[in-house]
Amino acid sequence: MEAFVEFFSLRDPNIRYVVLGTILLTASSAVVGTFTFLQKKSLVGDAVAHAVLPGVCLAFLLAESKNPLLLIVGAFVTGWLSLVVIDTITRNSKIKEDTAIGLVLSVFFGVGILLLTNIQHSGNAAQSGLDSFLFGKAAALLPNDVRAFGILAVLLLAVVGLLYKEFKILAFDKNYAAILGLPVRALELTLTTLTVLAVVVGIQAVGVVLMAAMLITPAAAARFWTDRLSIMLILATTFGVISGVTGSFISYTATAMPTGPWVVVIISIIAGISFFFAPRKGIFFRVRRQMNNRRMILDENILKTFFNLGENDHSFKEARSWDQLLVERHFVPRRLRNGLARLRRQGFLERQSAGWVLTQAGFEKGKRTVRLHRLWELYLTQYLRIAPDHVHEDAETIEHVITPELEQKLQEKLGFPEVDPHQSEIPYR
Amino acid sequence: MIKHVENPVLEVHDLTVSYARKPVLWDIDLTLPQGSLVGIVGPNGAGKSTLIKSILDLVPASSGYSKLFGDDLANVRRRVAYMPQRESVDWDFPASVLDVVLMGRYGKLGLFKRPRKADREVAHECLRKVGMEAFAKRQISQLSGGQQQRVFLARALAQEADLYFMDEPFAGVDAATEKAIIGLLQEMAEQNKTVVVVHHDLQSVVQYFNWVLLLNMRLVASGPTEQVFTNELLQEAYGGKLTLLTEVSELVQKGQFAAREKQGYRG
Ligand SMILES: Nc1ncnc2c1ncn2[C@@H]1O[C@H](COP(=O)(O)OP(=O)(O)O)[C@@H](O)[C@H]1O
Ligand SMILES: [Mg+2]
Repeated sequence: MEAFVEFFSLRDPNIRYVVLGTILLTASSAVVGTFTFLQKKSLVGDAVAHAVLPGVCLAFLLAESKNPLLLIVGAFVTGWLSLVVIDTITRNSKIKEDTAIGLVLSVFFGVGILLLTNIQHSGNAAQSGLDSFLFGKAAALLPNDVRAFGILAVLLLAVVGLLYKEFKILAFDKNYAAILGLPVRALELTLTTLTVLAVVVGIQAVGVVLMAAMLITPAAAARFWTDRLSIMLILATTFGVISGVTGSFISYTATAMPTGPWVVVIISIIAGISFFFAPRKGIFFRVRRQMNNRRMILDENILKTFFNLGENDHSFKEARSWDQLLVERHFVPRRLRNGLARLRRQGFLERQSAGWVLTQAGFEKGKRTVRLHRLWELYLTQYLRIAPDHVHEDAETIEHVITPELEQKLQEKLGFPEVDPHQSEIPYR
Repeated sequence: MIKHVENPVLEVHDLTVSYARKPVLWDIDLTLPQGSLVGIVGPNGAGKSTLIKSILDLVPASSGYSKLFGDDLANVRRRVAYMPQRESVDWDFPASVLDVVLMGRYGKLGLFKRPRKADREVAHECLRKVGMEAFAKRQISQLSGGQQQRVFLARALAQEADLYFMDEPFAGVDAATEKAIIGLLQEMAEQNKTVVVVHHDLQSVVQYFNWVLLLNMRLVASGPTEQVFTNELLQEAYGGKLTLLTEVSELVQKGQFAAREKQGYRG
């Protein structure tokens, strides 16, 4: 608790640097990552993230110090090189893009690890902390680093702001952008460069191994909550920043902890919550909607059965027994029992000693379902020329779907017919 | 039967187009008069979309060239609009109907600039023309196929061009909408704009278009509808498979020959 207050009150200037740095890093990777995600280039982001490691190591070997500027340049060069190699392989051979990405990723990362191991065994005193590039160490961010990475991050956000509409059309319809005369190649190059930059900026906090997660996961999580690009960008940034700051807090309190894994755990939790609970797109809501639909169909079918029974013996006010209902229509008994109870609760049925009886509201609802069923059968036979003995199954589904407006149109189109293709009367109000 | 015109709005000269060195269009040579409503007709896989894409530089030509308004495409982009097939994009994209139609204005806007009020008004007007003004704020992922088609049409209209290329604008739209759209296109042709439409319904060709291209890997015919839309020529375009041409295409691909002497072959 003490650590919590100390960290989030931002009184310690070191902590202020760490928090500010983390916010900039995660925000810039979330923003760029959103466009990478929409361009369906998530894998490319992963490859770049791994490919910056040899660059970092080479820069260190050359400079023999951890000068952040040099490290940035080194990371940038190999990150970029990896993209050129991927592009060259896919263009000039039969190797598919995903294979090329896998290839490049493992080769570059392998070389990076090799160099890193060498450096660590070289006994160079300046190398301590270089391994934090693997899994990230936000708490080790020095004011110097934050300044360098911060400038990059701000630059990157500014470019995205300027080219917002261009990146949008590039992700949605590249060919059309080309027709309009937009410099598609240059724009793609810019976006790729930004991706590399975002990775370079982010690795200090998150590390190369998990950097791709910081690029793509915030966007993927945000996509569940919205259909608007501007809101998606804001959400992705928020998710990224929350996980970044929390992660660096944890690595601040437990100094042995690398930041990256924690940041990724937290962003993954956010993504998981989005996956399950986001309105409309989340699994939870979809399942619930399906269940509601199934329930509605069952209820309408039960009321329809009461109406059909009433039609058969010209009495709608009579109580119907359990067996009568099951003979008229093949219900699953357990479902029928639940449905009857529910309809009673909702006031569409009443319980009597001999069974259940339709209320006025239940009668109207049952009648409407029967009416829609028969209107639809008629529509299919008249307009789509489907044989009358083939229309029943279809109508069984459609009767539950038709809205009152469609019902009105259907009636007018058919001219309020009296009977359906099987000569059953169509019940109007 | 290939009829050429003076001062064409579009000239395609001896164009051959290949995918991975396999030619799908052979020696296309045609000219189109300004102010015509042109139907490109031919069986599936005839290369109708490819012809448009090649004219618009989306697919490189193995040989030959196209001139629009007597000029290279790069110099006249502002005057050329395109409506791709609906399936060419992923509609599960976070954008509204208005956003997409506004993209038609990006060419005129140039880099960095945001759409202005005037652009919004043009976009709304184009949506009104295609009967989609009520959907301006709707997210595109929630549209039906026919509605997506109309959004793409509105986007092409928003380009305010003189020469329009439309790839199957009637695919998946209902009859009433189709009638409204063709009325719109005819009106544009009357204002001396040229509209080139890939069309798959032979029944309505005579009624819709005053110029027809019959295409099946090669150009079977190009000319005024009444002269081109004959049984004989249709037979030639649709009937007897061009087995010989197909075979040669495959040979070319296997042998990795260039379809022609290298002339600006890219990729
Ligand atoms: N990107 C592509 N790569 C390889 N072959 C293609 C590509 N696009 C189209 N084709 C082939 O080119 C031929 C013409 O295609 P297309 O122009 O789409 O025909 P149409 O529009 O007339 O149906 C077809 O055989 C198709 O399979
Ligand atoms: Mg096509």
